[in-house]
Amino acid sequence: MESSSHTRKAAHPTPLTYVKIAANLGAITAFEVGIFYVEAIEDALIPIFIVLSAVKFVLVAMFYMHLKFDERLFSWLFGGGLLLATFVILSLMALFGALL
Amino acid sequence: MHHSQAAEHATIATSTGIDNRKMLIWVFLGSECMFFGSLIATYLVYYGQSLPGTPTPGEILDIPTTSVSTFVLLMSSLMMVLAYSSVSRGNVRNFRIWILCTALLGATFLGFQVFEFTEFAREGLTPKTNLFGTTFFTLTGFHGAHVTVGVIWLVSLFGYSFKGDLTKDGGLSVDMAALYWHFVDIVWIVIFTVIYLIGVTNAPALIE
Repeated sequence: MESSSHTRKAAHPTPLTYVKIAANLGAITAFEVGIFYVEAIEDALIPIFIVLSAVKFVLVAMFYMHLKFDERLFSWLFGGGLLLATFVILSLMALFGALL
Repeated sequence: MHHSQAAEHATIATSTGIDNRKMLIWVFLGSECMFFGSLIATYLVYYGQSLPGTPTPGEILDIPTTSVSTFVLLMSSLMMVLAYSSVSRGNVRNFRIWILCTALLGATFLGFQVFEFTEFAREGLTPKTNLFGTTFFTLTGFHGAHVTVGVIWLVSLFGYSFKGDLTKDGGLSVDMAALYWHFVDIVWIVIFTVIYLIGVTNAPALIE
């Protein structure tokens, strides 16, 4: 719901939605741990872990931290820090020859 | 009531229309991303660079135990958001229940971390053993320190709920603590994936 040109606020989710998100987070974690022991897909594990971790990260940030519903500026502030952090990680790894 | 309206009026009297305190917590969390990003980068840069014959991630890290502590921290986030939901609807009684559950689960996570650190030390891994030990304990230790601060913050809010009015400003003081707590949770989501799951999965390749 747009409240002005530079602000955006919408109603937060219900407790039931929060519980559903938690169930998803728990299920994804259980799935991660489960496939960790499957040798047949060993080569594909790293990309799978990265994707699943990203999904969990986004679920918490969007629903529990309310980035999906609050002012867009908060997403920019947090996303900016996150982007810089990712840049630092990849730059340092490239600099020290640690990129896989 | 009159005081509450005045406070609300003061809240929106900023150039952005956003409460300065809420802006502050988001700027802080953005800077925290960079803080933990640098620690994770350091861990990854030195991954597999430890002296031969010293403990490696594949030998030391205990996935089943850490999976349980990860689940505990994830569920603490649910308790936290329910606490915030309660206080924003003016239900202080439920808020007290959920915030205590959050603090309890946070303390449980810290208990797991103490157990893990003790076990690692018993198996020969300390911060000065090798590069893995140094970077691992620095990263997870700082995260644990953040969880500790969070638990203290939550318990303080529980105590304050008996004296002050946590429902004013839409529960902003609880919202700020909740944002910090969820941030600590998502940092652990990254640590669990990078250090534990990928770290151990990738470990055999390092030995070759």
